[in-house]
Amino acid sequence: MKSLEELAAIRDKMKSKVVLREGTGEIRVVVGMATCGIAAGARPVLNAFAEKVSEAGLSEKVTVSQTGCIGICQYEPVVEVFEAGKEKVTYVKMTAEKAAEVVEKHLKGGEVVTEYTISTAVS
Amino acid sequence: MKEISLNILDIAKNSVKAGASRISVIITEDEETLKLEISDDGCGMSPEMVQNVTDPFCTTRTTRKVGMGIPLLKLAAEQTGGGFSIASSDKPDDHGTVTSASFYKNHIDYTPLGDVVSTVTTLIQGSPDTDWYFLHRFTGSGKSVELDTSQLRAVLGEDVPLDSYEVLKWIEDSLNEEYSEANAD
Repeated sequence: MKSLEELAAIRDKMKSKVVLREGTGEIRVVVGMATCGIAAGARPVLNAFAEKVSEAGLSEKVTVSQTGCIGICQYEPVVEVFEAGKEKVTYVKMTAEKAAEVVEKHLKGGEVVTEYTISTAVS
Repeated sequence: MKEISLNILDIAKNSVKAGASRISVIITEDEETLKLEISDDGCGMSPEMVQNVTDPFCTTRTTRKVGMGIPLLKLAAEQTGGGFSIASSDKPDDHGTVTSASFYKNHIDYTPLGDVVSTVTTLIQGSPDTDWYFLHRFTGSGKSVELDTSQLRAVLGEDVPLDSYEVLKWIEDSLNEEYSEANAD
């Protein structure tokens, strides 16, 4: 195992940021991770969101979480974005690459990537 | 499922849903076989439920009436000539579930284990307050890869959650390092 001292260093670094973290979660990214989502490739999509959100410095604003089956298995991997005061955005047939684009354009830039939303991608 | 690690991710989530406080994923591998055991101290299932659980039309989900998780793992194991079993108890003083599957690795229908490190980090990310124990033993060499999140929590304390990205990244790097040591001659 990597040294636990390294982990302790991460703890100390993060503790100093904890105060800033309060009042977070303005945006919630939820990835469908039931059997249907997992089989369709949701695991790399979730990991891409977690990584890119952190890289973009959005950890204080965006939380990435997992949920069960959303009920539209044929469009998995499905990702929902919830933002206070705005309508929910549902992205379908996601990939890690598309996830990186959504982080950059939507979560960071505020522009929904319409190309990948359920209303565009399905019709 | 393209990888057994994806079956593991799927089945371990059943343990989370059963309210388990500690979940173990143990893989034992030699030249010819791979054995998988997922055990938890969750609410468990009634004997009737255990009987029906391999039936795809038996499910706890509410969005539709099929549950493919257990049937898919059973199929993946049995198509290699291996086996599947599940044991569960829902007694108030002794509850939990153990799901086991064994695979013959040289069979043409064997699905590779795949990215099990990613499965472990994804499980922790999804349920950071659960105690996760992961062990992958290679009986041939006697080497193993091991992770116990209760040990990590002891270092991190109350304020830093296991699902923060920096911690998950440390876990990923740590497991990868252990794997390269275990696979080195």
